[in-house]
Amino acid sequence: MSPAPLRKWERFTFSERLARFAVFLGFAVALSISLRSVQIIPEFLYDAPTQVADLFSRMWPMDFAYYPAGIHDAMMETLHIATLGTLLAIVMAIPIGILGANNIVHFPLLNWLSKLILVSSRSVNSLVWALLFVAVFGPGPLAGTVCIGFRSIGFVGKLFAEALEEVDPGPIEALTASGAPWFSVFLKGYWPQAAPAFWGVFLFRWDINVRESAVIGLVGAGGIGMVLDTALNLFFWNRVSVILLSIFVVVILAELFVTAIRKRII
Amino acid sequence: MTVEAQSDSSAHPQRSICIENLSKEYVKGKPVLNNISFTVQGQSSVAIIGPSGTGKSTLIRCVNKLIPPSSGNVYISGENITHLTGRNLRMARRKIGMVFQEFNLVERLSVMENVLCGRLGYVPSWRAWLRKYPQKDIDNAFSLLDSIGLLEFARQRADSLSGGQRQRVGIARAIMQEPHVLLADEPTSSLDPKTSVEIMELLVSLSREHNIPLLINIHDVELAKRFTARVIGLSMGGIIYDGPPSELTNDHLKKIYGGENWLQ
Amino acid sequence: MTADTAKNFGPAFKTNWWARAGWLAAFLYAAYAANYLDVSWIRFLRGLGNGAEFLAEMVPPNFSRWQLLSANLMETVEIAIIASAFGILFSLPVGLLAARNLMPLWITWPFRTFIALCRSFHPVIFAILFVKAVGFGPLAGILTLIFASIGFIGKLFTEAIEEISLKPLEALRASGAPFMSVIIYAVLPQVLNRFIGFSSYQLDANLRNSTMVGIVGAGGIGGTLFAAFQRFDYDFLAAILISIIALVMLSEFISTRIKKVFQ
Repeated sequence: MSPAPLRKWERFTFSERLARFAVFLGFAVALSISLRSVQIIPEFLYDAPTQVADLFSRMWPMDFAYYPAGIHDAMMETLHIATLGTLLAIVMAIPIGILGANNIVHFPLLNWLSKLILVSSRSVNSLVWALLFVAVFGPGPLAGTVCIGFRSIGFVGKLFAEALEEVDPGPIEALTASGAPWFSVFLKGYWPQAAPAFWGVFLFRWDINVRESAVIGLVGAGGIGMVLDTALNLFFWNRVSVILLSIFVVVILAELFVTAIRKRII
Repeated sequence: MTVEAQSDSSAHPQRSICIENLSKEYVKGKPVLNNISFTVQGQSSVAIIGPSGTGKSTLIRCVNKLIPPSSGNVYISGENITHLTGRNLRMARRKIGMVFQEFNLVERLSVMENVLCGRLGYVPSWRAWLRKYPQKDIDNAFSLLDSIGLLEFARQRADSLSGGQRQRVGIARAIMQEPHVLLADEPTSSLDPKTSVEIMELLVSLSREHNIPLLINIHDVELAKRFTARVIGLSMGGIIYDGPPSELTNDHLKKIYGGENWLQ
Repeated sequence: MTADTAKNFGPAFKTNWWARAGWLAAFLYAAYAANYLDVSWIRFLRGLGNGAEFLAEMVPPNFSRWQLLSANLMETVEIAIIASAFGILFSLPVGLLAARNLMPLWITWPFRTFIALCRSFHPVIFAILFVKAVGFGPLAGILTLIFASIGFIGKLFTEAIEEISLKPLEALRASGAPFMSVIIYAVLPQVLNRFIGFSSYQLDANLRNSTMVGIVGAGGIGGTLFAAFQRFDYDFLAAILISIIALVMLSEFISTRIKKVFQ
């Protein structure tokens, strides 16, 4: 019996391994450059645990009496900002999402325009949107609602466009073949297939928006963030802790609520 | 039945599909269809047979311009539809019913709504949106569902049906268009043998009943011979055979499909 | 015929009362909430007037202070990279320790709570607390984004581990392998690709967030942005916004390429 030829099996080809290696190497180089050039005062870092401990000690005991007096109404305002802002986002994101789906709209220029709007909406952080709309509408929940709306267009529109691009082309072909006008093809062909994904995205975004609308008040856009800002500026740490706890509870409840509904829908 | 009354045979003596020198190239210089011409007229059913990849699907999609032909002309009941676009193309497509291999139903809509999708070319979008279809259409849909034995499923979702039932819905949708001609692209390929026969029976009988010329893509030669009056054999983008099934010999089949061992 | 058919066959469509009630509720809610928040057309239209003025002042964007701008962008990128590296490093053990199919309840419970805490608070809240704790500057931003990364990667990684097949684990345990070997040979190979996916996504997210933490003083371009707002320096503001969008688009492009490398 002749010995079996030496066969080598490798999971990845050479170029694949090279590419992976390059990614890791690139990240390592970027990290070491960053660590060298970033301006950190080491004393602050060593001091951090003591400072954090001090912060927590000042937060205790929590001033629960402040909840009915100052937090509850602001929290309701936050929830309304999140919900109304998400509804606003949907109204704006549906047409932009349709423009972005390259199997519905066949003009690359329009697809590209839609992508630009979606990327801009996502790239600008919610706090920056809040600053912009506070400058436009003045401080208050109106700025917050519009901010949440504009900030969410990118997310909702992108996922909606993707859902539209993933629909089964068969029924679309059938409806086109029957001579249905464009809007009917959309209503009866695309929409029924993309609707579950769309409602899922809506719920998911609402959950995120509850978190975001809790902080945009820090720059004056209404809701619980404004109360938090005041407490921070006045060093009322035992109020700060109650505010943070109530944000935590509301965020967890919102997540549980969304998970429960999603299970029912899907 | 109302549908029958509207498609009175004597009123449309000219119903036909006429294909004239049709060619299609996806890549320049590599024609998938090469200079195809034939006519299907009146109360007749015609089967196109041929191996997969010879352009049967392309040919049938060129008829209603789902795929635009590279050259040549297509006439539906005498009207040249090759150069129509936009609204005019939609008006022409309303007259061409089509049945698909994978049924192409909108799975998440009810059977009734899928059947009524055949009326979308006639009904304004806002009415379709509010599901305010004309009562006449709803009546027709009900009696059509009754005649194909799916009445009790009308309000169920299409994805709850079996393959054969789905294809019946697909056929009902095409008939709802009150088409002048009916195209079927491999209507039985996704079905078991028994259901395939039932579907072919339904197609042929509906075509007779409503006096609609029927053009079927099919790769099953036996089904083609059994149900149609005329067979067109397609190979390498050209017509190899065009005649009655009785004259289709093994020699023809060899030419169409290549090889011979499979014939035994 | 018409009346007959309706009688014989019943209604053509099932009426979806839930859907109708849902739409009605949505409209009523929108009206109620708009009223509650004092959102009105008059305010909105007045705002649009301000907005037009605002936009007019933003054009043309002023890039004359490009040195400040690029130094700030560099710091933003540095914060994102350092925070991602440590965040990814820490979330690996945290995710493992929070997986209920590997660890006993008394270990998973505190780690799951920790992950939930990291996730529930918007990064800016962490940023405020860290600025109070370690002072102004990029360190606060880095600590903030480390916690945000642990929250995001930790949760998804835990879920990924909880979905793995337990059969290889059983086999290795049966052969008497020590705990760490079981983790390295039976658990990590099943989830490592997804972990890399979550990590590259988080790198992207950290870059976006590091443009914002500066608003509360935690380093990066956000501080300059906030200052431009307060000084009504709107043409410089436009330049900053354009740079941020360009930076995020660039990072999206790079991360798409990286995802292709790892499939």
